[in-house]
Amino acid sequence: MNLDVNINIIQYIAIAGSVLFILFIIELIRKKALHEAYAILWLVFALVFLSLSIWRKGLEIVSGLIGISYPPAALFLTLMIAMFLILIQFSIVISKLSENNKKISQELGLLKMEMEQLRKKQTRKRK
Amino acid sequence: MPNRQRNQPKKILVIIPAYNEESSIKLVIADIRRVMPTADIVVINDGSQDRTSEYAKATGRAWVVDLPVNVGIGSTVQTGFIFARRQDYAFAVQFDGDGQHKAAEIRTLLTALRRENADVVIGSRFCEDRIGFKSSFTRRIGIKIFELINWLFIRTRITDNTSGFRAYNRKAIRFLAEHYPHDFPEPEAVILLGRNGFRLREVYTEMCERQGGRSSISGLKSIYYMIKVLLAIMINMIRPKITRS
Repeated sequence: MNLDVNINIIQYIAIAGSVLFILFIIELIRKKALHEAYAILWLVFALVFLSLSIWRKGLEIVSGLIGISYPPAALFLTLMIAMFLILIQFSIVISKLSENNKKISQELGLLKMEMEQLRKKQTRKRK
Repeated sequence: MPNRQRNQPKKILVIIPAYNEESSIKLVIADIRRVMPTADIVVINDGSQDRTSEYAKATGRAWVVDLPVNVGIGSTVQTGFIFARRQDYAFAVQFDGDGQHKAAEIRTLLTALRRENADVVIGSRFCEDRIGFKSSFTRRIGIKIFELINWLFIRTRITDNTSGFRAYNRKAIRFLAEHYPHDFPEPEAVILLGRNGFRLREVYTEMCERQGGRSSISGLKSIYYMIKVLLAIMINMIRPKITRS
Protein backbone atom coordinates (compact mmCIF):
# COMPACT_ATOMS: atom_id res chain seq x y z
CA MET A 1 0.00 0.00 0.00
CA ASN A 2 2.69 2.39 1.09
CA LEU A 3 4.72 1.51 -1.96
CA ASP A 4 1.85 2.42 -4.26
CA VAL A 5 1.50 5.89 -2.77
CA ASN A 6 5.21 6.55 -3.24
CA ILE A 7 5.08 5.58 -6.86
CA ASN A 8 2.11 7.85 -7.36
CA ILE A 9 3.96 10.80 -5.91
CA ILE A 10 6.90 10.02 -8.17
CA GLN A 11 4.53 9.87 -11.09
CA TYR A 12 3.09 13.30 -10.29
CA ILE A 13 6.56 14.72 -9.96
CA ALA A 14 7.55 13.18 -13.29
CA ILE A 15 4.49 14.57 -15.06
CA ALA A 16 4.93 18.00 -13.50
CA GLY A 17 8.65 17.99 -14.34
CA SER A 18 8.03 17.04 -17.96
CA VAL A 19 5.30 19.65 -18.37
CA LEU A 20 7.45 22.36 -16.80
CA PHE A 21 10.31 21.40 -19.05
CA ILE A 22 8.13 21.59 -22.17
CA LEU A 23 6.82 24.99 -21.06
CA PHE A 24 10.37 26.16 -20.43
CA ILE A 25 11.45 25.14 -23.96
CA ILE A 26 8.39 26.81 -25.48
CA GLU A 27 9.10 29.96 -23.51
CA LEU A 28 12.67 29.99 -24.81
CA ILE A 29 11.40 29.71 -28.37
CA ARG A 30 8.85 32.43 -27.75
CA LYS A 31 11.55 34.77 -26.48
CA LYS A 32 13.66 33.86 -29.53
CA ALA A 33 16.41 32.63 -27.23
CA LEU A 34 16.19 29.26 -28.95
CA HIS A 35 15.67 28.62 -32.66
CA GLU A 36 12.85 26.23 -33.49
CA ALA A 37 15.26 24.07 -35.45
CA TYR A 38 17.36 23.38 -32.39
CA ALA A 39 14.38 23.02 -30.05
CA ILE A 40 12.81 20.12 -31.93
CA LEU A 41 15.03 17.44 -30.41
CA TRP A 42 14.46 18.81 -26.91
CA LEU A 43 10.71 18.86 -27.40
CA VAL A 44 10.58 15.38 -28.91
CA PHE A 45 12.35 13.87 -25.92
CA ALA A 46 10.38 15.95 -23.43
CA LEU A 47 7.20 14.53 -24.97
CA VAL A 48 8.61 11.01 -24.78
CA PHE A 49 9.25 11.51 -21.07
CA LEU A 50 5.85 13.05 -20.53
CA SER A 51 4.10 10.10 -22.16
CA LEU A 52 6.19 7.64 -20.16
CA SER A 53 5.26 9.42 -16.93
CA ILE A 54 1.55 9.36 -17.74
CA TRP A 55 1.42 5.88 -19.19
CA ARG A 56 3.50 3.96 -16.68
CA LYS A 57 2.68 0.57 -18.12
CA GLY A 58 4.34 1.78 -21.31
CA LEU A 59 7.79 1.71 -19.82
CA GLU A 60 7.29 -1.90 -18.70
CA ILE A 61 5.96 -2.93 -22.12
CA VAL A 62 8.85 -1.29 -23.94
CA SER A 63 11.38 -2.82 -21.54
CA GLY A 64 9.82 -6.22 -22.05
CA LEU A 65 9.94 -5.83 -25.81
CA ILE A 66 13.67 -5.09 -25.94
CA GLY A 67 14.56 -7.47 -23.10
CA ILE A 68 15.41 -5.07 -20.30
CA SER A 69 14.48 -6.76 -17.01
CA TYR A 70 14.60 -3.61 -14.90
CA PRO A 71 12.21 -1.01 -16.46
CA PRO A 72 13.85 2.12 -15.00
CA ALA A 73 17.00 1.12 -16.91
CA ALA A 74 15.01 1.67 -20.09
CA LEU A 75 14.32 5.17 -18.84
CA PHE A 76 18.05 5.82 -18.38
CA LEU A 77 18.72 4.41 -21.81
CA THR A 78 16.18 6.77 -23.35
CA LEU A 79 17.74 9.66 -21.49
CA MET A 80 21.21 8.72 -22.71
CA ILE A 81 20.08 8.41 -26.31
CA ALA A 82 18.45 11.81 -26.02
CA MET A 83 21.66 13.37 -24.68
CA PHE A 84 23.79 11.74 -27.36
CA LEU A 85 21.60 12.94 -30.18
CA ILE A 86 21.38 16.45 -28.84
CA LEU A 87 25.14 16.67 -28.28
CA ILE A 88 25.86 15.38 -31.77
CA GLN A 89 23.52 18.02 -33.09
CA PHE A 90 25.56 20.58 -31.14
CA SER A 91 28.80 19.37 -32.71
CA ILE A 92 27.29 19.63 -36.16
CA VAL A 93 26.05 23.13 -35.51
CA ILE A 94 29.41 24.19 -34.07
CA SER A 95 31.24 22.83 -37.12
CA LYS A 96 28.95 24.71 -39.41
CA LEU A 97 29.35 27.90 -37.40
CA SER A 98 33.14 27.67 -37.51
CA GLU A 99 33.02 27.07 -41.26
CA ASN A 100 30.87 30.17 -41.71
CA ASN A 101 33.10 32.08 -39.34
CA LYS A 102 36.14 31.16 -41.41
CA LYS A 103 34.55 32.30 -44.66
CA ILE A 104 33.41 35.58 -43.15
CA SER A 105 36.86 36.27 -41.72
CA GLN A 106 38.55 35.55 -45.05
CA GLU A 107 36.17 37.82 -46.94
CA LEU A 108 36.44 40.55 -44.34
CA GLY A 109 40.24 40.47 -44.47
CA LEU A 110 40.29 40.66 -48.26
CA LEU A 111 37.65 43.39 -48.35
CA LYS A 112 39.47 45.53 -45.79
CA MET A 113 42.60 45.37 -47.89
CA GLU A 114 40.74 46.23 -51.08
CA MET A 115 39.09 49.17 -49.36
CA GLU A 116 42.41 50.49 -48.10
CA GLN A 117 43.75 50.30 -51.64
CA LEU A 118 40.77 52.18 -53.01
CA ARG A 119 41.03 54.83 -50.35
CA LYS A 120 44.71 55.35 -51.10
CA LYS A 121 44.01 55.62 -54.80
CA GLN A 122 41.35 58.24 -54.13
CA THR A 123 43.53 60.41 -51.93
CA ARG A 124 46.23 60.22 -54.59
CA LYS A 125 43.76 61.36 -57.23
CA ARG A 126 42.60 64.30 -55.13
CA LYS A 127 46.15 65.52 -54.86
CA MET B 1 52.18 48.40 -52.31
CA PRO B 2 53.43 46.41 -55.26
CA ASN B 3 53.67 48.36 -58.45
CA ARG B 4 52.13 46.47 -61.24
CA GLN B 5 51.64 47.97 -64.66
CA ARG B 6 48.13 47.63 -65.97
CA ASN B 7 49.10 45.84 -69.18
CA GLN B 8 51.57 43.50 -67.55
CA PRO B 9 50.21 40.01 -67.00
CA LYS B 10 49.85 38.93 -63.41
CA LYS B 11 52.20 36.06 -62.96
CA ILE B 12 53.54 34.88 -59.66
CA LEU B 13 52.13 35.44 -56.21
CA VAL B 14 54.04 34.58 -53.06
CA ILE B 15 51.66 33.82 -50.20
CA ILE B 16 53.10 34.32 -46.72
CA PRO B 17 50.90 33.10 -43.87
CA ALA B 18 52.02 34.92 -40.74
CA TYR B 19 51.07 34.67 -37.10
CA ASN B 20 53.17 36.74 -34.69
CA GLU B 21 56.20 36.95 -36.96
CA GLU B 22 57.27 40.53 -36.27
CA SER B 23 60.89 39.50 -35.80
CA SER B 24 61.24 37.91 -39.22
CA ILE B 25 58.57 39.26 -41.55
CA LYS B 26 60.53 42.26 -42.85
CA LEU B 27 63.54 40.15 -43.70
CA VAL B 28 61.41 37.50 -45.38
CA ILE B 29 59.70 40.08 -47.59
CA ALA B 30 63.01 41.76 -48.44
CA ASP B 31 64.58 38.41 -49.34
CA ILE B 32 61.75 37.44 -51.64
CA ARG B 33 61.78 40.87 -53.23
CA ARG B 34 65.49 40.58 -53.93
CA VAL B 35 65.35 37.22 -55.68
CA MET B 36 61.91 37.56 -57.24
CA PRO B 37 61.58 41.23 -58.15
CA THR B 38 58.62 40.71 -60.47
CA ALA B 39 56.58 38.51 -58.19
CA ASP B 40 53.81 39.93 -56.03
CA ILE B 41 53.74 39.19 -52.35
CA VAL B 42 50.70 38.85 -50.12
CA VAL B 43 51.04 38.50 -46.37
CA ILE B 44 48.04 36.92 -44.71
CA ASN B 45 48.16 38.00 -41.11
CA ASP B 46 46.20 35.54 -39.00
CA GLY B 47 45.14 37.91 -36.26
CA SER B 48 48.64 38.43 -34.83
CA GLN B 49 48.89 40.17 -31.49
CA ASP B 50 52.27 41.67 -32.32
CA ARG B 51 53.28 44.16 -35.01
CA THR B 52 53.50 41.71 -37.90
CA SER B 53 50.94 43.59 -39.97
CA GLU B 54 52.48 46.99 -39.31
CA TYR B 55 55.98 45.80 -40.22
CA ALA B 56 54.79 44.05 -43.35
CA LYS B 57 52.91 47.14 -44.51
CA ALA B 58 55.90 49.34 -43.75
CA THR B 59 57.98 47.51 -46.34
CA GLY B 60 55.63 48.86 -49.01
CA ARG B 61 56.41 45.72 -50.96
CA ALA B 62 53.56 43.45 -50.06
CA TRP B 63 49.81 43.32 -49.94
CA VAL B 64 48.74 42.70 -46.38
CA VAL B 65 45.48 40.98 -45.54
CA ASP B 66 44.59 41.25 -41.85
CA LEU B 67 42.19 38.53 -40.81
CA PRO B 68 39.91 39.91 -38.09
CA VAL B 69 40.21 36.81 -35.90
CA ASN B 70 42.69 33.97 -35.60
CA VAL B 71 41.42 31.33 -38.04
CA GLY B 72 44.34 28.89 -38.07
CA ILE B 73 47.03 28.16 -40.61
CA GLY B 74 44.82 26.27 -43.08
CA SER B 75 42.25 28.99 -43.49
CA THR B 76 45.01 31.59 -43.54
CA VAL B 77 46.78 29.98 -46.47
CA GLN B 78 43.44 29.45 -48.16
CA THR B 79 42.81 33.20 -48.00
CA GLY B 80 45.94 33.52 -50.12
CA PHE B 81 44.54 31.07 -52.66
CA ILE B 82 41.25 32.96 -52.81
CA PHE B 83 43.19 36.16 -53.45
CA ALA B 84 45.33 34.45 -56.11
CA ARG B 85 42.27 33.04 -57.84
CA ARG B 86 40.46 36.36 -57.91
CA GLN B 87 43.51 38.17 -59.28
CA ASP B 88 44.08 35.28 -61.67
CA TYR B 89 47.71 34.56 -60.89
CA ALA B 90 49.33 31.83 -62.98
CA PHE B 91 51.46 30.56 -60.11
CA ALA B 92 51.38 30.79 -56.36
CA VAL B 93 54.14 30.00 -53.90
CA GLN B 94 53.42 29.34 -50.26
CA PHE B 95 56.27 30.59 -48.11
CA ASP B 96 56.47 30.60 -44.31
CA GLY B 97 56.76 33.94 -42.55
CA ASP B 98 59.27 32.74 -39.98
CA GLY B 99 62.33 32.61 -42.20
CA GLN B 100 62.56 28.80 -42.38
CA HIS B 101 62.70 28.75 -46.13
CA LYS B 102 65.20 30.27 -48.50
CA ALA B 103 63.79 32.81 -50.88
CA ALA B 104 66.33 31.83 -53.52
CA GLU B 105 64.71 28.41 -53.69
CA ILE B 106 61.38 29.77 -54.86
CA ARG B 107 62.87 29.59 -58.33
CA THR B 108 63.80 25.96 -57.76
CA LEU B 109 60.17 25.16 -57.01
CA LEU B 110 58.78 27.12 -59.93
CA THR B 111 61.28 25.60 -62.33
CA ALA B 112 60.34 22.14 -61.12
CA LEU B 113 56.66 22.96 -61.58
CA ARG B 114 57.25 23.63 -65.26
CA ARG B 115 59.90 21.00 -65.86
CA GLU B 116 57.95 18.18 -64.24
CA ASN B 117 54.67 19.40 -65.67
CA ALA B 118 53.31 19.22 -62.13
CA ASP B 119 50.38 20.99 -60.50
CA VAL B 120 52.04 21.23 -57.12
CA VAL B 121 55.69 21.10 -56.12
CA ILE B 122 56.68 20.64 -52.50
CA GLY B 123 59.99 21.79 -51.11
CA SER B 124 61.37 18.88 -49.12
CA ARG B 125 64.10 18.65 -46.52
CA PHE B 126 64.38 14.91 -46.87
CA CYS B 127 64.28 13.82 -50.47
CA GLU B 128 68.06 14.10 -50.74
CA ASP B 129 70.70 13.40 -48.14
CA ARG B 130 72.05 16.80 -47.61
CA ILE B 131 72.70 19.31 -44.92
CA GLY B 132 70.21 21.68 -43.39
CA PHE B 133 67.85 21.67 -40.47
CA LYS B 134 66.01 18.36 -40.23
CA SER B 135 63.82 18.81 -37.15
CA SER B 136 63.75 16.62 -34.04
CA PHE B 137 63.76 12.82 -33.95
CA THR B 138 60.13 12.38 -32.86
CA ARG B 139 58.96 14.82 -35.44
CA ARG B 140 60.86 12.95 -38.11
CA ILE B 141 59.06 9.75 -37.10
CA GLY B 142 55.74 11.51 -37.59
CA ILE B 143 56.82 12.78 -40.98
CA LYS B 144 57.91 9.25 -41.94
CA ILE B 145 54.45 7.92 -41.06
CA PHE B 146 52.85 10.51 -43.32
CA GLU B 147 55.21 9.54 -46.11
CA LEU B 148 54.18 5.89 -45.81
CA ILE B 149 50.47 6.63 -45.65
CA ASN B 150 50.51 9.00 -48.56
CA TRP B 151 52.51 6.54 -50.58
CA LEU B 152 49.96 3.83 -49.77
CA PHE B 153 46.99 5.97 -50.66
CA ILE B 154 48.02 8.09 -53.58
CA ARG B 155 51.10 6.23 -54.79
CA THR B 156 53.23 9.32 -54.83
CA ARG B 157 56.30 9.44 -52.67
CA ILE B 158 56.24 12.67 -50.72
CA THR B 159 58.98 12.65 -48.12
CA ASP B 160 58.15 15.93 -46.45
CA ASN B 161 54.40 16.11 -46.03
CA THR B 162 54.56 18.80 -43.38
CA SER B 163 56.55 21.23 -45.49
CA GLY B 164 54.85 24.57 -45.93
CA PHE B 165 57.05 25.55 -48.85
CA ARG B 166 55.02 24.78 -51.96
CA ALA B 167 54.39 26.03 -55.45
CA TYR B 168 51.07 25.72 -57.25
CA ASN B 169 49.82 26.26 -60.77
CA ARG B 170 46.53 27.92 -61.67
CA LYS B 171 44.59 24.67 -61.66
CA ALA B 172 45.72 23.88 -58.11
CA ILE B 173 45.07 27.46 -56.94
CA ARG B 174 41.48 27.30 -58.18
CA PHE B 175 40.90 23.99 -56.47
CA LEU B 176 42.46 24.95 -53.16
CA ALA B 177 40.61 28.27 -53.00
CA GLU B 178 37.50 26.09 -52.65
CA HIS B 179 38.85 23.13 -50.72
CA TYR B 180 41.59 23.45 -48.16
CA PRO B 181 41.86 21.74 -44.78
CA HIS B 182 41.40 23.85 -41.63
CA ASP B 183 44.11 23.14 -39.12
CA PHE B 184 47.36 21.25 -39.65
CA PRO B 185 46.57 21.28 -43.36
CA GLU B 186 49.82 20.23 -45.05
CA PRO B 187 49.72 16.41 -45.00
CA GLU B 188 45.98 16.38 -45.59
CA ALA B 189 46.31 18.73 -48.55
CA VAL B 190 48.72 16.27 -50.18
CA ILE B 191 46.13 13.49 -49.97
CA LEU B 192 43.34 15.79 -51.07
CA LEU B 193 45.30 16.90 -54.13
CA GLY B 194 46.60 13.45 -54.96
CA ARG B 195 43.19 11.90 -54.69
CA ASN B 196 41.65 14.48 -56.95
CA GLY B 197 44.08 13.84 -59.75
CA PHE B 198 46.65 16.59 -59.25
CA ARG B 199 50.25 15.88 -60.13
CA LEU B 200 52.49 16.33 -57.11
CA ARG B 201 56.26 16.47 -57.18
CA GLU B 202 58.96 17.13 -54.66
CA VAL B 203 62.27 18.94 -54.90
CA TYR B 204 65.02 19.25 -52.37
CA THR B 205 65.13 22.53 -50.50
CA GLU B 206 67.24 23.44 -47.57
CA MET B 207 65.50 24.40 -44.38
CA CYS B 208 66.87 26.72 -41.74
CA GLU B 209 65.87 26.80 -38.13
CA ARG B 210 63.20 29.39 -37.63
CA GLN B 211 64.53 32.92 -37.17
CA GLY B 212 61.77 33.98 -34.85
CA GLY B 213 58.44 32.95 -33.42
CA ARG B 214 57.61 29.49 -32.13
CA SER B 215 56.49 26.27 -33.70
CA SER B 216 52.76 25.87 -33.47
CA ILE B 217 53.08 22.22 -32.54
CA SER B 218 54.81 20.75 -29.49
CA GLY B 219 54.32 18.31 -26.61
CA LEU B 220 50.85 16.87 -26.16
CA LYS B 221 49.69 18.88 -29.10
CA SER B 222 51.84 16.80 -31.42
CA ILE B 223 49.93 13.66 -30.42
CA TYR B 224 46.68 15.43 -31.11
CA TYR B 225 48.21 16.62 -34.39
CA MET B 226 49.05 13.09 -35.51
CA ILE B 227 45.63 11.70 -34.60
CA LYS B 228 43.75 14.57 -36.15
CA VAL B 229 45.71 14.51 -39.39
CA LEU B 230 45.52 10.71 -39.70
CA LEU B 231 41.76 10.83 -39.14
CA ALA B 232 41.42 13.57 -41.73
CA ILE B 233 43.47 11.54 -44.22
CA MET B 234 41.34 8.42 -43.69
CA ILE B 235 38.15 10.42 -44.10
CA ASN B 236 39.52 11.95 -47.27
CA MET B 237 39.98 8.48 -48.68
CA ILE B 238 36.37 7.48 -48.14
CA ARG B 239 35.01 10.76 -49.44
CA PRO B 240 33.92 10.85 -53.06
CA LYS B 241 36.28 12.62 -55.42
CA ILE B 242 35.47 16.25 -55.92
CA THR B 243 34.21 16.97 -59.39
CA ARG B 244 35.69 20.04 -60.96
CA SER B 245 34.02 22.18 -63.52
